[in-house]
Amino acid sequence: MTEAFRQGGILPGRLGPEDLSRNFSDLHAAFDRHEATVAADRCYFCHDAPCVTACPTSIDIPLFIRQIQTGMPEAAAKTIFDQNILGGMCARVCPTETLCEEACVREAAEGKPVEIGRLQRYATDSMMAAGEHPYTRAAPTGKRVAVVGAGPAGLACAHRLAMHGHDVTMFDARPKPGGLNEYGIAQYKAPGGFAQAEVDWLLKIGGITVETGRAIGAGLTLPALREEFDAVFLGIGLAGVGALGLEGEDMTGCENAVDFIATLRQTEDLTTLPIGRHVVVIGGGMTAVDAAVQSKLLGAQSVTIAYRREQSRMPASRYEQDLAATHGVQILTHVVPVALRGDAQLREIELAYVDGDMKPTGETVTLKADQVFRAIGQKMEAVEGLAVEGGKIAITGAGRTSVEGVWAGGDCATGGEDLTVTAVAEGRDAAEDIHAALTA
Amino acid sequence: MADLTTDFVGIKSPNPFWLASAPPTDKEYNVRRAFEAGWGGVVWKTLGAEGPPVVNVNGPRYGAVYGADRRLLGLNNIELITDRPLEVNLREIKQVKRDYPDRAMVVSIMVPCEEEAWKAILPRVEETGADGIELNFGCPHGMSERGMGSAVGQVPEYIEMVTRWCKQYTRMPVIVKLTPNITDIRKPAAAAHRGGADAVSLINTINSITNVDLDLFAPEPTIDGKGSHGGYCGPAVKPIALSMVSEIARAPETRGLPISGIGGVTTWRDAAEFMALGAGNVQVCTAAMTYGFGIVKELTAGLSRYLDEKGMTLGDLTGRAVPNVTDWQHLNLEYVTKARIDQDLCIKCGRCYAACEDTSHQAIGMSPDRTFEVIDAECVACNLCVDVCPVEDCITMERLAPGTVDPRTGRTVRAEPADWTTHPNNPGSPNYVPAGQTAMVSEPAE
Repeated sequence: MTEAFRQGGILPGRLGPEDLSRNFSDLHAAFDRHEATVAADRCYFCHDAPCVTACPTSIDIPLFIRQIQTGMPEAAAKTIFDQNILGGMCARVCPTETLCEEACVREAAEGKPVEIGRLQRYATDSMMAAGEHPYTRAAPTGKRVAVVGAGPAGLACAHRLAMHGHDVTMFDARPKPGGLNEYGIAQYKAPGGFAQAEVDWLLKIGGITVETGRAIGAGLTLPALREEFDAVFLGIGLAGVGALGLEGEDMTGCENAVDFIATLRQTEDLTTLPIGRHVVVIGGGMTAVDAAVQSKLLGAQSVTIAYRREQSRMPASRYEQDLAATHGVQILTHVVPVALRGDAQLREIELAYVDGDMKPTGETVTLKADQVFRAIGQKMEAVEGLAVEGGKIAITGAGRTSVEGVWAGGDCATGGEDLTVTAVAEGRDAAEDIHAALTA
Repeated sequence: MADLTTDFVGIKSPNPFWLASAPPTDKEYNVRRAFEAGWGGVVWKTLGAEGPPVVNVNGPRYGAVYGADRRLLGLNNIELITDRPLEVNLREIKQVKRDYPDRAMVVSIMVPCEEEAWKAILPRVEETGADGIELNFGCPHGMSERGMGSAVGQVPEYIEMVTRWCKQYTRMPVIVKLTPNITDIRKPAAAAHRGGADAVSLINTINSITNVDLDLFAPEPTIDGKGSHGGYCGPAVKPIALSMVSEIARAPETRGLPISGIGGVTTWRDAAEFMALGAGNVQVCTAAMTYGFGIVKELTAGLSRYLDEKGMTLGDLTGRAVPNVTDWQHLNLEYVTKARIDQDLCIKCGRCYAACEDTSHQAIGMSPDRTFEVIDAECVACNLCVDVCPVEDCITMERLAPGTVDPRTGRTVRAEPADWTTHPNNPGSPNYVPAGQTAMVSEPAE
């Protein structure tokens, strides 16, 4: 705690470097060899295992855990990467409590699943730490594919295409590749520059060129890409954040949660990152939790998540909700923001209580707020010429868009949850479909 | 609290748990600690003949086999008999026995297979006030290369001869410790019996190599790049020991010969099983070497409580299961069971399905929602599903009542037992029907 801790307004350095370093270190410590062995011993090696079914990338989980048991974590890593080349990041950010670990039969038996996520990290870290990249490229096909968006979907797609011998050019609007892995998730889930290290490791396959600072609408057009490349994959994610639609949203202190998180992720020295004394996050998803918890970890005194429905309907998993509560974040439900007050700088927010049909009950509450983070969902920025469905690029099969030669996957496309692991699966499957189309 | 006092071939102890002749009983310090912890008796680690003591290797002596979470399931050792001077051991034995007169003090002995050697050592052991002796005819490593240990235990004539010498030269009860590294345990047991042994104890350790170092390409434990087979013990050997104990308990030649049960006894339950198969007491080593002497509290409390719950005395327990150990040919073929899966307990891991579908009889069905059910028309009641199920009592075997039809064979189960001895497929059976002929009598179930 520093002197700034008790001061109002948006200030850097509310906590000292030691506190910040501790707060933003690994949420789950890595397993050491002994811990991994003990955890692996709990796996029953189920037949047609429910955890595999629950994994969007269908990793052969019992097999990789058995490989850890037998002292071959690198072989385990290969099993994981065969299905999910971003298995290292997914091990860190997957909501395993609603995927593989929820399906684990030991969850049914004892309420204590095999710790699949941490075991996956143990395996993938083992291979990545050794610098081993277990894949080589097939003979060159002479085909060129453009992958737009270097996030999880794009990276998975690019890697698989490169493996099949195609030449890939990746474009990304941001200065660094990685997408949400680099810019969009809580720091404590992937500290130590893991996102970039993973991209570097993935690119060892060869045959992939990355061009940053380039996006559709920023120097690239779909017709030009189609002209220049044999196929195009779009993994452009979501960009626009909806406004609250309230007066005063231009005041200092009103920000998008995703921008706050991105800034935090790119800030080398967190003592320089300003945070409000009182923070309110509007929304109920993972982004809301990531913003709220990290606000608290930066030294905000009070942090409130304001969600419009009952807590059980929050898109953030129960585990994430508990994580927020453990960090002292208050979760306020059945409220919608109705007024922002302040002068040039935001001072407080008024929230109205609503019933199940979103009708105001007449009761309101006013919270001190130096900062309000909007985490009310993002929208896809439409790409001209592509059919859209429910605000996303419409796809059929393995990522085929309405335009021939153009595939899409990840958060920008229809189908699946907006999760890293889902994006990886969609990118991978689209790559296989592109490969089939290009070699038909 | 059931009375655990034991009188084994005249040797009294407050409970039937003795520490086996092994590293835990090699010297006074350890044995005093054992008695303070509550052990009923010890078999002092094997004494050799007077003169320069044996030497042990100075590298690792033990190798291990692990289960989940590094639970020690099997231990192998290449340690020899005591490497301390005979006089020191004898002096300590005398002191400890004097201080703990209520505990059993048995001394293990291994000297060359010569009458003079045995004649020389026996009075000196007797002089300590020890309650009995155990003849080490079991050690499978090192000493056997010098014509002792299992080299004697593998030749029934030698066992009989040495046992006779011992009975001739001492008044102490003689327990003969048997090696399992033979083909038929009844032969050495019968030889000991003929030689006048008061009891046999078994099993000693089993020839073993626990692991191979895959970098050095040498057996473990590895001594400067080489390894030697050792003696295997611990929970992994219990089934072998139980079988051998039961063979001696029910063989006509050795029936009634007192047995001290050894081999992987870790819990009160293990001890009770040995005793039910005919052991009058048990000896423990690996469990103590793994967890320390404190385990004796679990052993005594558990056995006592079990006896109370059953309303039995220790004497009632000894040999109680022996009449139920029989030959395969006498097993009732009209005992027809089917596996039953308790759906409330099932956690849907599917291991029963994988085991049955891949390696057995395709008798478990799996529905899309992962409900696993037994197909009676295929189930041969092999029990594999029960054995691989991680949930206790989730899968059980249910007997088909007499009069019901076994959907697998289409035959009606009969109330009267019928076994292989009367089966029409058995050429030795009075009901034998050669191939191509029709049975004149109705067949019992398969």
